[in-house]
Amino acid sequence: MTVAINPSQTGEPVFYLADEHPHPEGWSTSLGFWIYLMSDCLIFAILFATFGVLGGNYAAGPAPKDLFDLDLVAVNTSMLLLSSITYGFAMLTMQQNKIAQTQLWLAITGLFGLAFIGIELTEFAHMIHEGATPQRSAFLSAFFTLVGTHGLHVSCGLIWLVTLMVQVQKFGLIEANRRRLMCLSMFWHFLDVVWIGVFTFVYLLGVLR
Amino acid sequence: MSPDLLKLIFGRLGFESLPLHEPIVVGTFAVVALGGAALLGGLTYFRLWGYLWREWFTTVDHKRIGIMYMILGIVMLLRGFADALMMRGQQMLAFGGSEGYLNAHHYDQVFTAHGVIMIFFVAMPLVTGLMNYVVPLQIGARDVSFPFLNNFSFWMTVGGAVLVMASLFIGEFARTGWLAYPPLSNIGYSPDVGVDYYIWALQVAGVGTTLSGINLICTIVKLRCPGMTMMKMPVFTWTSLCTNVLIVASFPVLTVVLALLSLDRYVGTNFFTNDFGGSPMMYVNLIWIWGHPEVYILVLPAFGIFSEVTSTFSGKRLFGYTSMVYATVVITILSYLVWLHHFFTMGSGASVNSFFGITTMIISIPTGAKMFNWLFTMYRGRIRYELPMMWTIAFMLTFVIGGMTGVLLAVPPADFVLHNSLFLIAHFHNVIIGGVVFGAFAGINYWFPKAFGFKLDPFWGKMSFWFWVTGFYLAFMPLYVLGLMGVTRRLRVFDDPSLQIWFIIAAIGAVFVFIGILSMLMQFAVSLLKREQLKDVTGDPWDARTLEWATSSPPPDYNFAFTPVVHDNDAWWDMKKRGYQRPLTGFRPIHMPSSTGTGIIIAGFATAMGFGLIWYIWWLAAASFIAMLAVGIGHTFNYHRDFDIPAEDVIRTEDARTKLLAGAK
Repeated sequence: MTVAINPSQTGEPVFYLADEHPHPEGWSTSLGFWIYLMSDCLIFAILFATFGVLGGNYAAGPAPKDLFDLDLVAVNTSMLLLSSITYGFAMLTMQQNKIAQTQLWLAITGLFGLAFIGIELTEFAHMIHEGATPQRSAFLSAFFTLVGTHGLHVSCGLIWLVTLMVQVQKFGLIEANRRRLMCLSMFWHFLDVVWIGVFTFVYLLGVLR
Repeated sequence: MSPDLLKLIFGRLGFESLPLHEPIVVGTFAVVALGGAALLGGLTYFRLWGYLWREWFTTVDHKRIGIMYMILGIVMLLRGFADALMMRGQQMLAFGGSEGYLNAHHYDQVFTAHGVIMIFFVAMPLVTGLMNYVVPLQIGARDVSFPFLNNFSFWMTVGGAVLVMASLFIGEFARTGWLAYPPLSNIGYSPDVGVDYYIWALQVAGVGTTLSGINLICTIVKLRCPGMTMMKMPVFTWTSLCTNVLIVASFPVLTVVLALLSLDRYVGTNFFTNDFGGSPMMYVNLIWIWGHPEVYILVLPAFGIFSEVTSTFSGKRLFGYTSMVYATVVITILSYLVWLHHFFTMGSGASVNSFFGITTMIISIPTGAKMFNWLFTMYRGRIRYELPMMWTIAFMLTFVIGGMTGVLLAVPPADFVLHNSLFLIAHFHNVIIGGVVFGAFAGINYWFPKAFGFKLDPFWGKMSFWFWVTGFYLAFMPLYVLGLMGVTRRLRVFDDPSLQIWFIIAAIGAVFVFIGILSMLMQFAVSLLKREQLKDVTGDPWDARTLEWATSSPPPDYNFAFTPVVHDNDAWWDMKKRGYQRPLTGFRPIHMPSSTGTGIIIAGFATAMGFGLIWYIWWLAAASFIAMLAVGIGHTFNYHRDFDIPAEDVIRTEDARTKLLAGAK
């Protein structure tokens, strides 16, 4: 039995680790979260595909040209893009271990996110008020579902953000919290990328159509 | 109480929702209620609740979760098979003006429930259970990457199964066929709760499946023991990896398509309607983009099991390991490029149909390569005809037939004749039973001694085997004949009396399979009683080759006292050959995840939310959703999720094994 423990002395093969270090906490988390994001990406892919197929079916109802206010959407887009930048600042300050500044940037990110959701809801309310409801045509069903799913994701991100701010306040920038902030960061930037797709394919190309 | 208040509290649930007018359902309910009461009473009487809660329901041990998946799969097999027997009985009787014994309302639910249960709640749990149990052991890990998530995934699957079972006694199940095509499944043609049960059962279970897929990918990628490079992984681990990639890359599609269907049903959107620009064929495309990978999700792990079994029981290294891995990966990729062959009749034109026909036929090449690899592994091997090997040989014969009828169906002009005929039914039962079910049984017989420390009884195992295999051929070969004669699927009554004989033969086959299932239950019971005779203390009863056989049976909580180091594809075979000695000293504390009840609690709320949404009990749905969120967030405030098994405990466990091993010699 000693042969296996002291391979260098005998030249026998090692069949087990006598001196083992467990994987560090969160060893698989980044990979797991990436895979989750890709599965989420697939959800958006299918919604984009659905919009691509059904997006021209107005059923004699309103078309993008009649509905979309590109100025408002541009403001909204800038809200989300800015929130991504501020989240980046939060991560930078986190690296420097500055709790208060991290919290501040996170709060600003949250406010931008909130503004984004608010503007989106206003836009939805306005459309519904004009009779462009999700029930009106397949185009509107696909539009509300795609944009709404993105909005729902941002809302979940906001709940997550608040939770993390509480946890950072309570427990500090410990390893686990850093990892969580990192995951939320990936999630937040991912939603940004999806929104660029929405802005391009739904709004810009929609108005051109 | 005023009707408005009642509606607020109970939604559309009322006494008239109980199927009291269906004597068959009432009888079933009586049996289930009595059995359930006896079970619950027994658990209470023997004070087992605390034990079950602590050791099983809240466990994060991949081995116990794997066993629970297997139990779920076997229990649901009984339900799904009861549906099959009812269908066979109905189709055998409903000739010459007879209406049979099932009315259309009930019969349509039976064939829908049969398909849904067999795929989602039998085949999936069996496959997931085996992967959960075996993969961490095969790669020398202590648990999966996310043990809590594993527990949660299991309970979400159970939640889906609970909803399907509830539909039997409260309300009704879908009458749409197992994929619930619109416009039939839309609110206009299915206004009742059946399709809603379908949607929410699959959504709840689907969350579990997706998360378990992510979990196992991470486990295989990140937790392999030192020395185990990708091309040294056992083939079962490889096929599990590919299956879980398929799960993560296809279940989100199912989630979306069901979500869109529920928007159509609940909100009144127009995705899959016939008017306002909706497109029902969009649904059919999307659901098969999930559905075709799904069949490979089921069969790839079975291929892995057959690979392990063939090389173990032939006493040889697997022939063509590298080609086996590449074949698996090629199948994984191709499985995404064939979905349209399920509806060549859609009318997408000759070019599109040819593309999908050709990709479909190409899949038979890597599959054929695997078949030859197994044959060459057996060639000049010392084959031991134990139960796992018997199932493997039955698979090889049966699956080749099913594969060839599949290639036949892949020819679009032939498919126009055979689409939705009993030929198709015979084909996919041929590959799913011959592939997945036989594979699961091979796996159960192979790994049972690892999980419980004693082998399964061979006599009842052989009974089960012969009844299953002959029953399968009797039940499905007639369907090929009927399909070629033009009989379509899902028919309840028949006019042409010359067809009846084939349905009678098929029904006899179903009875044979039934005896096979009973024999299998008998096999479990007899083996439990004879466990001392069937005992295996070595941990390696089959003289096997991969790492899971290096540890004791059942393995300790921590799987391996020391993390193994691997030098060869057949790691354990290599260790045995080169005189590996089990370490007897130097044990250390082992870091392990702690149990938690959060998984079962959140899954319970998710099931309640599903129930609320099905019955329009909005307060229940909202309250359950908030509760899920609260419990989930609350769980993230617990930062101490693991503990150390003290070195003394490890020493005690390992010393006990040393004594056992000494006694065995």
